Amino acid sequence: MSSGKLTFDYLESKILQLKLSGDWQLSAGLPSADEVLAQLDSHAGITGVSFVASQDFKWDSAFISFLFKLRSISKERNIRFTVLGLPPQIEKLLKLSPAQAEKIIPHKTVEEPFLDSIGSRVIGVKNTTLSVLSFLGDIVLAFKRFICGKAFFRKDDFLAIVQRCGADALGLVSLISILVGMILAFIGAIQLKMFGAQIYIADIVGIAMVRVMGAIMTAILMSGRTGASFAAELGIMQANEEIDALKTLGVSPAEFLIMPRVLALVIMMPLLTIYANLMGIAGGFIISTGVLGLNPVEYFNHTITAVKLNNLWLGLIQGFVFGIIIAVSGCYRGMQCERSSTGIGEATTSAVVTAITAIVIATAIITFVCQIIGV
Amino acid sequence: METVIEVKNLDLVYGDFLVMRGLNFNVKKGEIFVIMGGSGCGKSTLLKTMIGLNPPQKGKILYSGLSFWDEDEQARQDIMRRFGVLYQGGALWSSLTLGENVALPLQLYSSLSALQIQDVVLLKLGLVGLGGYADFYPAELSGGMRKRAGLARAIALDPDVIFFDEPSAGLDPLSAKMLDDLILELRDDLGATIVVVTHELASIFTVGDNAMLLDADTKTAIAQGAPKDLLANSKDPRVVKFLTRGEKQGAGK
Repeated sequence: MSSGKLTFDYLESKILQLKLSGDWQLSAGLPSADEVLAQLDSHAGITGVSFVASQDFKWDSAFISFLFKLRSISKERNIRFTVLGLPPQIEKLLKLSPAQAEKIIPHKTVEEPFLDSIGSRVIGVKNTTLSVLSFLGDIVLAFKRFICGKAFFRKDDFLAIVQRCGADALGLVSLISILVGMILAFIGAIQLKMFGAQIYIADIVGIAMVRVMGAIMTAILMSGRTGASFAAELGIMQANEEIDALKTLGVSPAEFLIMPRVLALVIMMPLLTIYANLMGIAGGFIISTGVLGLNPVEYFNHTITAVKLNNLWLGLIQGFVFGIIIAVSGCYRGMQCERSSTGIGEATTSAVVTAITAIVIATAIITFVCQIIGV
Repeated sequence: METVIEVKNLDLVYGDFLVMRGLNFNVKKGEIFVIMGGSGCGKSTLLKTMIGLNPPQKGKILYSGLSFWDEDEQARQDIMRRFGVLYQGGALWSSLTLGENVALPLQLYSSLSALQIQDVVLLKLGLVGLGGYADFYPAELSGGMRKRAGLARAIALDPDVIFFDEPSAGLDPLSAKMLDDLILELRDDLGATIVVVTHELASIFTVGDNAMLLDADTKTAIAQGAPKDLLANSKDPRVVKFLTRGEKQGAGK
């Protein structure tokens, strides 16, 4: 509530005079016009409203909004409204208010009929599919030009991306892989202890890491780390018109920006997967020999016997596929990014979500295929 | 004077919205043509269509008689190589130094050796007053310097036509004046044809040989001519209002 004081007086019984004093500012709360309305209701025959302000009268836009309401009420009741007794700035501001109000254009929120909304979504899916296919086509063409030695991109940029996707990610991959190996060893130990077969922890950790866990954990890490970074980089380049500048120069963004990123990640992901496998096995080894008291040599021998070459290949193939998925998702979302800070945020989020969803789907498909062909 | 750019019955869309319709104008060789208008009237959309980034909905843009959007991709690329574009924020490639930014078009489309390219890069950077900054990255420069570096890249291949998108936007008056002087020098010294998109009156009157005013309400061009002539002779209150910042006849109408 406003802490401003309002008293009323009647001039010749026809003019309602509002005597204002005290604080009529926003910080004191918005004043209500109800009191004035009550006065107008209780005194028939009022033909005008006027004001008198005291020395301690303080006002800001809160008071203007109060006046604005009073003026509307006066207009409705055909009452003359004058602000002559108030500071001259108030009259100026009051003159601006209706002009601004008239300029407000109602925002159209047309509700789409149910069938129309389904149609729009189907068209949206079709457009997205075409856009993804066109993007993949651009990448394929860029690779074709690369293989023919005609692609234009900077080797320095490519090497910097390789460094960022590979060596710079080793710390995080090490930490997560070791922890995953340790967790697998603990989970295995609880079950295998019941049968006195704890040494088979080596088999569980080895096979799980090399066959699937190493690749998946690395892929999830790289989606959040590198995929998001690709989307943000390209999104910012889009917002800064850097990609427009490439296009007008006749340089294909697919060749100059996307192909080096896809290539770098496709090369580095299998290597990181091998590294994650080793780290995971090391994690299992630490827990099994250090905490569970297994013989180190026996654990080592069991790991070598259990992990077959086809497991290693399978892990590497998954690493390769995940590399393509992460790079393509990141680059696609970056290139589709809207030219705003919100757009960049959405692009990075959706790059990670798209990549992780696609990784899980790809893993399910690969596992199913392996089951059928007996690998 | 030879006509370099001819625009015929051009309709522009931004997303699903019609932005401009029925645009017709010519740009003569060696002139500075200013596309002016209020914010959001479609100036940048028109520029993007002229430089090959957005296809028009209807109409033609001819460069020396060749209908740009009717040509195949390869021919369009060949035409685009004759353009230089200075984008609003400079649009320098942030991972490259200024020298590398300017060198890239030369590496792509010239047969110069690395040493010769280096010389040309230093010359172009020198022309825009950034001679000593070849090894700096865009992030290390002020907004005005980035724009000048963008201009050095735009003129790297000595283009026939240079497009400027809001060259003075975000610059202090002195930097804006410096950029206007550079635009005039490019026209006078290199003989380039220049198209400038801007709403800055000081720039319009300083550099513009010829101009066109776009109007967002009618979605058409409402005036064409030399900016000073338009100011002196136009009877259209919208034109007078725009060219006098609403201070003369037509204000408030």
